[in-house]
Amino acid sequence: MITSAIIPRPLARLPWRLIFLVAAIAGFGLLVLYSTAGASLQPWALKQALIFTFFLSIAIGMSWLRESTIKAFVFPAYVVIVLMLVAVDVLGFAAKGAQRWLDLGPISLQPSEFMKPAIVLTLARFYELLPAAEVRKWRGMWPALVMLGVPAFLILVQPDLGTCIMVVLCGVTVMFLAGLPWWLFVAPAVTIAVAAPIAYSMLHGYQRKRIDVFLNPESDPLGAGYHIAQSKIAIGSGGLWGKGFLNGSQSHLDYLPEGHTDFAFAALAEEWGLVGGIVLILAFGAVIRWGMWVASNGRTRFAQLSAAGLTACIFFYASINLMMVMGLAPVVGVPLPLISYGGSAVMTVMLCLGLLMAFERQQRTVSTLA
Amino acid sequence: MTKPTRLTTAHQSITFSRRMLLLGGAQAAVGAMLIGRLGWLSIAQNQKYQLLSESNRVQLIPVPPRRGWIIDRNGKPIAINRSSFRIDIIPQQLTDGPRVLATVAKLLHLPPEDLERINNELAQSRGFQPVSIADNLPYEQYAAITVRLPELPGISATRGFTRFYPAGPAVGQLVGYVGAANAKEYEAENKNPLLLVPGVKIGKEGLEKTLEQTLRGLPGGQRVEVTARGRLVKELEPKPDRSGGTVRLAIDAELQEYTARRLGEESGSAVILDCLTGDILALVSMPAYDPNSFSDGVGRTEWKMLSDDLRKPLLNKVVNALYPPGSTIKPMGALALLQNGIDPDDHIFCGGGYQLGNRFFRCLGRHGSVNLHRAIAKSCNSYFYAMSNRIGYDKIAPMARRLGLGHKFDLPFVSQNYGTVPDSEWKARKFKQNRRIVERPDWTSSDTLNAAIGQGFLIVNPLQLAVMAARIASGRDIQPRLIGVHRDSPKLIGLDPKHLEIVRAGMWEVVNGDGTAGASRLPFPDIQMSGKTGTAQVRRVGASATRGQGGDWRYRDHGLFVFFAPSDKPRYAGAVVIEHGMGGARAAAPVAKDALTFLFDRQKAMESLAALEQQWGGTLAERTARRAAAIKAAASAA
Repeated sequence: MITSAIIPRPLARLPWRLIFLVAAIAGFGLLVLYSTAGASLQPWALKQALIFTFFLSIAIGMSWLRESTIKAFVFPAYVVIVLMLVAVDVLGFAAKGAQRWLDLGPISLQPSEFMKPAIVLTLARFYELLPAAEVRKWRGMWPALVMLGVPAFLILVQPDLGTCIMVVLCGVTVMFLAGLPWWLFVAPAVTIAVAAPIAYSMLHGYQRKRIDVFLNPESDPLGAGYHIAQSKIAIGSGGLWGKGFLNGSQSHLDYLPEGHTDFAFAALAEEWGLVGGIVLILAFGAVIRWGMWVASNGRTRFAQLSAAGLTACIFFYASINLMMVMGLAPVVGVPLPLISYGGSAVMTVMLCLGLLMAFERQQRTVSTLA
Repeated sequence: MTKPTRLTTAHQSITFSRRMLLLGGAQAAVGAMLIGRLGWLSIAQNQKYQLLSESNRVQLIPVPPRRGWIIDRNGKPIAINRSSFRIDIIPQQLTDGPRVLATVAKLLHLPPEDLERINNELAQSRGFQPVSIADNLPYEQYAAITVRLPELPGISATRGFTRFYPAGPAVGQLVGYVGAANAKEYEAENKNPLLLVPGVKIGKEGLEKTLEQTLRGLPGGQRVEVTARGRLVKELEPKPDRSGGTVRLAIDAELQEYTARRLGEESGSAVILDCLTGDILALVSMPAYDPNSFSDGVGRTEWKMLSDDLRKPLLNKVVNALYPPGSTIKPMGALALLQNGIDPDDHIFCGGGYQLGNRFFRCLGRHGSVNLHRAIAKSCNSYFYAMSNRIGYDKIAPMARRLGLGHKFDLPFVSQNYGTVPDSEWKARKFKQNRRIVERPDWTSSDTLNAAIGQGFLIVNPLQLAVMAARIASGRDIQPRLIGVHRDSPKLIGLDPKHLEIVRAGMWEVVNGDGTAGASRLPFPDIQMSGKTGTAQVRRVGASATRGQGGDWRYRDHGLFVFFAPSDKPRYAGAVVIEHGMGGARAAAPVAKDALTFLFDRQKAMESLAALEQQWGGTLAERTARRAAAIKAAASAA
């Protein structure tokens, strides 16, 4: 908190440390975009800066939302988003071979992005309303599973495996924190291990290939394994200090595919090296620690579960992408929030952060009154 | 019915805190794992990935080295490089094949034959392997293509070098030719990328092939930074190439060319050695293909015409053609007789042949009383029948081998056919292997008689005949040498100098006395040539009415001649074989005479050649050009 006589009170009460941190991460991302465009603000860096500023303002604006207002909107919002997902599946148009976008005239919406925070809030609200005694009973489980399963299925058939996985992981995190019995989490894990081969056979051709290539990237270094192979080359060739700003040959000579979107971290690590990579990971770690701190200090069950779920959402976003670009996970098409070019990830993360700031403000307000 | 484990809000709060701790721990663990992985990639495996990144970034465009020259003993060029303009297709980049090809064909006036070849090669190409459209283009045509390059995707126009052989067909069979590597040669060299560069030619035949590793040199490289899509970003420091090494041959290019011209329209070969050192001064096989026209790729019509030609222009007749040596081996036979105790003054009466049992072996004349000297001079068969039969062929064969017959020499030829020096042991072995050649296992007297006059089982190549003449002339163990100029003489062969003198005297008589080659004396008062004529039957005697002395060209006798000069102090030795020339004295000896004349007096030799070439319809170069035009006409007519 900045306390100064000059700065107006409402501004001074913003979580400046978090805002600076997030702005620093985004600034780092802009440098990467500037570099991969060949030392040019066009076509990515400038646009990304505008997108970031826009959504940061929205997030700051959201920080004044009251918990009661959020609660009131949770279920309606959830229903609207599910309906939009249905609409995408039915009416959506093909973009990059997958149906993910809803064209609403001037803007295109990707409803699956909204589902990430929405599923967190919905489940948090559900477990707040559920009497404590019911949590470990059947009645505490099946509605949550349905609420999670329906959108997950709708997203999976788009098909968008990456987002589907994230929605499921966010939802499961909330359910886990809500106190559902252990076996509910252990059993599916075992089931997945058993059922994976069966699911594998039902996947789309390109998804299956991604998994094949993930398991053995060298099998197809010029085809499907090209992304992972080039990404590892970019990261590995950076060394401790990197090749230097604007000197990344992998990204500048287009060997690294999608160097400005999903594989932006590889471009970053190539130019900034291990040091730059660790700084970024620690910065994300700090954001997540702040979110977990907000969750721990939540005054209501809804605030606790929501804050933890939203933080987990940011965590999964970043870690799935990092595992992907470093060859620890299959390429599922998850961008690195705040770094990768594109509005969806920024929007989602800023929605999460805006809600987290709102919860944090409530805590302080409540604590002052208490 | 209240359970003892009824959950309360307090319980819930504890569970939440506990699980939050667990979640936070898991998140920290994932973060640590990510940092560990990052460190592993960028520190532990840094070198590996740095290498991969560099090999991505930097591409090496091989710059072909200039092929080494082949020069003669005096430094005169035999094979050199001429700068040229060429047009190629990179099949991978050819997007609009038919249209592009049609445009290029129109600009370059390509004959349909070439188009067919290009289409064939395109069909077989491996995508990245360039297909040559045209080489050696005039600048105007090259420029016409270069200005249109943007609208001709897949076409590449480059300046390069082509191989040039100033003497053309005169050195064709000796040096061979070069050409673009084919798929098999590319595989054989472990996919050497240099072989794919347009304009890179490798040796396909002759010395160009056998000396390939010396001549090729080391490729340099234009190091360039390229994007993943192949766009050139900038040029880095180039890696210089190293030109191929120059190879100096023992050949005297002028003598080589003269001899080739002197062979004229005949199908034949000639070898001239320095009989003191073994240096091969001339090694000619005619007619020959023009290696200059081969280095641009051979058209199908041309190839067909060459391979159908009865005079076999694709064959190196010096080492790959085998002939019965005829009477040319009689000096060798004489040495064997002398060594086996035959008195050179023993006389034999030649009444036109020799009676062996109930078979009569003919001589070509009735020489009356002959001794060894006269038998060589007159090429009397009867003498050699009688004397050889006296000692047996198993005593002659070692001498034949000692003088180089049947031997494979250590020379950089792609292959050598080294023929047969038969004896009883050979015959017995052959009988087991192939009964069609040998009808009975034991060596008979008639086998001896046939071999004694250079017929029957005995077959040799012209190089062996030349070596035989050189060894007799110098008495030294001459080994023919093609690479480098030598001053050292090999050691003596260990034959009795008196025997050699007797045989040499007989060979002197052949040319300069009352012998078979009296018409081929050298036109100098003080320099004389010695030699021995030979006539080898192509068909059995009596199979034709003309006895090989006329009629169908293909069945005429071969004419052979071995020689050395000057007679008193031998320096040069050699052999000439004229296929179907009907006689050694008639066809082969005059060629030897003129070639030797050239060595002593070029002016005089050129004069006699000029007269001959006028009869044949122009110089070798003129006739070659005329033939090339005819081939072109035939190709466009087809």
